[in-house]
Amino acid sequence: MAVNPVALGAPTEARTGRPRPGALTILGRFIRKKPLGAAGGLIILIITLTAVFAELVATYDPIATDASQTLASPSADHWLGSDHLGRDVYSRVVHGARVSLIVGLASTLMGSFFGGIIGLLSGYAGGKTDLITQRVLDIFQGLPLLVLAMVMSAALGPSIQNVVIAISIPIIPRAARVIRSSVLSIREMQYIEAARAVGVRHLRIAFRHILPNTMGPFIVLMTAQLGSAILVEATLSFLGLGVPEPYPSWGRMLSVSAAEYAQKAPHLVIFPGLAISLAVFGSNLLGDALRDTLDPRLRGA
Amino acid sequence: MKSYVAQRLGIAVLTLLGMSVVIFVLLRLAPGDIVDILFSTGGYVNNEERQAIMKELGIDKPLVTQYFEWLRNFMVGDLGKSYRYDQPAWDIIRPLLPVTLELAALSIIVAVCLGVPTGVISAVRQDTGLDYALRVFSLAGLSMPAFWLGMVIILALVTWLQWIPPVTYVGPRENFWLHAVQFGLPALAVGYRSSALIMRITRSALLEVMREDYIRTALAKGQSERVVIWRHALKNAILPVVTVIGIEFAFLIGGLVVTENVFNLPGVARFLVQAILWRDYPIVQNLVMFIAVVVILSNLFVDMLYGFLDPRVRYGS
Repeated sequence: MAVNPVALGAPTEARTGRPRPGALTILGRFIRKKPLGAAGGLIILIITLTAVFAELVATYDPIATDASQTLASPSADHWLGSDHLGRDVYSRVVHGARVSLIVGLASTLMGSFFGGIIGLLSGYAGGKTDLITQRVLDIFQGLPLLVLAMVMSAALGPSIQNVVIAISIPIIPRAARVIRSSVLSIREMQYIEAARAVGVRHLRIAFRHILPNTMGPFIVLMTAQLGSAILVEATLSFLGLGVPEPYPSWGRMLSVSAAEYAQKAPHLVIFPGLAISLAVFGSNLLGDALRDTLDPRLRGA
Repeated sequence: MKSYVAQRLGIAVLTLLGMSVVIFVLLRLAPGDIVDILFSTGGYVNNEERQAIMKELGIDKPLVTQYFEWLRNFMVGDLGKSYRYDQPAWDIIRPLLPVTLELAALSIIVAVCLGVPTGVISAVRQDTGLDYALRVFSLAGLSMPAFWLGMVIILALVTWLQWIPPVTYVGPRENFWLHAVQFGLPALAVGYRSSALIMRITRSALLEVMREDYIRTALAKGQSERVVIWRHALKNAILPVVTVIGIEFAFLIGGLVVTENVFNLPGVARFLVQAILWRDYPIVQNLVMFIAVVVILSNLFVDMLYGFLDPRVRYGS
């Protein structure tokens, strides 16, 4: 325990003797080098702020109906128009951000957390344990993400918690794969050997010495999965298997009224879909840029 | 090669068995049993009737027995009976298959035709404005829900061309052009989305190959850039692309599920959604298992192809 892993080549900035650059410097460098990624980050930031301050940003109550204002076109009163029950589309899109982001974040966190632990232990243990774990993960990964989520969501019944579970389970094998592959290379490093030589216990090595070094791929993974989780939530809600009433959800806004009234009120189709696309686009852009920056194996590719 | 095939086949069979257990258990998680669901709309059912129905459906037996019976039936091609239609499931699914297969094939063609060239151009013009534009274009495809893209396409046709796509299925012999449009539009929506993955893999694989010595040699000898890229480089970059097309298949099925719904195409994927919504669980169980078989077979095919295209794979691990 007395051996300092840093002295044995643990990958940390401290070794170079130069002071770590501050957060602002790193941010500035990221924006200059990856303008697209920064744009993605900005989109996600705006959507997050919208979700957090939905009550302040919205102009109407998202579930209040108004019989005199049904299917109104976008105007000064209703910025993005209103739906077949006279509900304000802008306010519903704003509140929808909350549902989409909560479901997206919660399922991504849950899936990546469990997947990450499985990947860490399976990669560290190696041998038969690893082989069996991989085969079991194959089973879950073999089914299309959406089909698995659809069946799970139908089996569990409609509620926000169940949608989160239904989306996070298919994420687990994908997360496990990513973490495992980076654990496999870290495991062979000298500082791990050194830690083992001085008698550090396995679990401690896995969680204290290996896990922190998988953070790069882990963050990349989560950003990429966030986009796909939002997309799956939207699709489930569109099919009527997602978030139940009365929560306004982007996907369901497209299913209930949009198809029926599309011709009379195209804004019902356009705006919720744009919101979904923008959120997913933002997280994909950010995820790509982070992958280029944080994952050294892909640097320059 | 023989042992390679045997090993792959063995893994595929084991994975499928595992998937069958997962699917079986998953559908048993549903609250209430099938009989409850069947008659929740039908009103009161007395206990005797209930027992009779359970017996007919075979759900009075222990779960393990049920599982093995299902597996045996599935393997001999007996997909059970649809509760809703009171018909053998296979009779319902069979006419739907060609629709889904045609749409899937068209979508893959669109995805490859869109993904490979854009990936090549993007790699060749790395870090130029064109590269950025193509990457944003493909990322946008990945970000838009396929069902929404479909809705927007229909909306655009209706608004600008005053043309409403057919709402019912048109056979290819009935009216070939209408049929082509009816399938082409959803294939475009699904294929655009799937092309993003192909584009990215093509781009990164090509970038890697372009750094190899033999490419520099070919260029140094005075070979034209076009020939080097399309003949020398792409041939070696295409392997990961083939893999991703195989993986794409699973991804594609997800896209078909919603697109068939939006375009009102009577395919298997739309039927699956309906079966889930109606809680016709025996059908869902068999259809999902069916999808699992298709996905595993396509993965197996890609593995074989890989071993065939690249001899190194056969002798490797």
